[in-house]
Amino acid sequence: MNPYLSVLKLRFISGLQYRAAALAGMATQLFFGLIFIMVYVAFYANSTAEPSMSLEQLATYVWLQQIFLAFVMLWFRDNEIFQLITSGNIAYELCRPCGIYSFWYAKLLAQRLSSAILRCFPILLIAFFLPAPYNLSLPPEGTTFVLFLLTLLLGLAVNVAISMFIYISVFWTMSPVGSTLIIAVIGEFLSGMIIPIPLMPEWLQNITYALPFRWTADFPFRVYSGQISQTEALWGILIQLIWLAILIVLGRWCLRRALRQVVVQGG
Amino acid sequence: MHLYLKYVWILFKSQTQYRLSFWMLALGQALTPLTVFAGLYFMFAQFGQVKGWSFYEAALCYAIIGLSFALAETFARGFDMFSTLVTSGDFDRLLVRPRSTILQVLGSRFEFARLGRMLQSLIVLIWSLNKLPLALTAPKLFTLTLMIVCGMLIFTGIFIATASLSFWTIQGLEVANVFTDGGREMAKYPLSIYEKWVAYFFTFVIPLGCVNYLPLLYVLGRTSGSNILYMLSPLAGIVFFLPCLFMWHIGVRHYRSTGS
Repeated sequence: MNPYLSVLKLRFISGLQYRAAALAGMATQLFFGLIFIMVYVAFYANSTAEPSMSLEQLATYVWLQQIFLAFVMLWFRDNEIFQLITSGNIAYELCRPCGIYSFWYAKLLAQRLSSAILRCFPILLIAFFLPAPYNLSLPPEGTTFVLFLLTLLLGLAVNVAISMFIYISVFWTMSPVGSTLIIAVIGEFLSGMIIPIPLMPEWLQNITYALPFRWTADFPFRVYSGQISQTEALWGILIQLIWLAILIVLGRWCLRRALRQVVVQGG
Repeated sequence: MHLYLKYVWILFKSQTQYRLSFWMLALGQALTPLTVFAGLYFMFAQFGQVKGWSFYEAALCYAIIGLSFALAETFARGFDMFSTLVTSGDFDRLLVRPRSTILQVLGSRFEFARLGRMLQSLIVLIWSLNKLPLALTAPKLFTLTLMIVCGMLIFTGIFIATASLSFWTIQGLEVANVFTDGGREMAKYPLSIYEKWVAYFFTFVIPLGCVNYLPLLYVLGRTSGSNILYMLSPLAGIVFFLPCLFMWHIGVRHYRSTGS
């Protein structure tokens, strides 16, 4: 287990170095958060139907999305791994005395963690002090917050497991952009990043419930705002764990198959 | 022009080498705005209208900005990726060639897969025009074209301005994403639904509202008073574009190579 932990640590430290990029990212996220909420405010302003989510909950949902963007974004990718595969340097990677799946998993996990930790606090602070209806509200109880943290971290684990498939697919397509984009676009829509899942029509909601994507973003965010009750959240954690197990087993299997027929490019 | 077409042809050949990936990229590019559009559709399905704007009116708004953004990204992608040229010092090579730098940077990238994105916006445009009770007269068609062209100029202008700044900063400036991606996200809804300060900013500083919202009022027949002002408001895009070009020329003069 130790080599993976040190990879995690090293990646985490190097990720913290990119402060300028983080600053730019924060500006973008703040702007997007504001714009999204403004759109929702306009929609809610003279709506006759009673939406399934209050404006306050919606604003919180949007801010959590922006704050933990690095946790939930699927297009967040590591070009190093892509280059390893397409340039043939994967050969060195295979010589290392540790499993390639766990090695990459640790690397990707650390990247997301460092990126989120650099960015989350300033946005968190600003979002709290914005005037209503634009502010981020507090979770209703202390225990919901603990549950939120737990589900968020599990969601991150599920998300990294999903993103592993993107890297594995490069063994076949040899050029990363296409497959990344398709998985990312569909995944993001189904995890409620474009419009929150509660605002989707019934049939679409049912589809998202059957897939792993919503467990990475929508579920923890709704636990935070208390829309999902605590007992339900506990069941949700169980489902998250099941998905995580399925995705990792499947991912390992796919990677093994990919490596069996790997062609090392160049010399 | 001949040289530019040649650049484009070479890029086309190189991009279609990885065939599977190319098609997946084109498909992915078409899907991205499609999911955003689906989001728009579901929002209207749930709420009916937003501040007096119907779904098809908003769809028209969305299509125009989508189309201009896709055009700008297809042609001016070279500027978007320009900072890498400065960081690596490869810009030196462009300078010693006896052709304009703008042409060479424009020709350095041309992403064919973005055509998927363009096509998607075009379909939405035609569809929403069809569904709206509009008489498409010649001046209205002219205004629509002007909107798309000038919208493209604005996005290209932002790309060029950011690229010019990288002469000084050496790094890429990701903050510009606020204006390109953010501007696109924002302008897909009519400007009037936002808070005042956002609307002002995107009318007078970055005139996205002028190529989208204001002329759209005319196209949809919501104006009162003189139409000609609304019709010609997209020209603000040209006003925005020229200083950006100027900035580029200053930047090139200031360029100091990073070495290798």
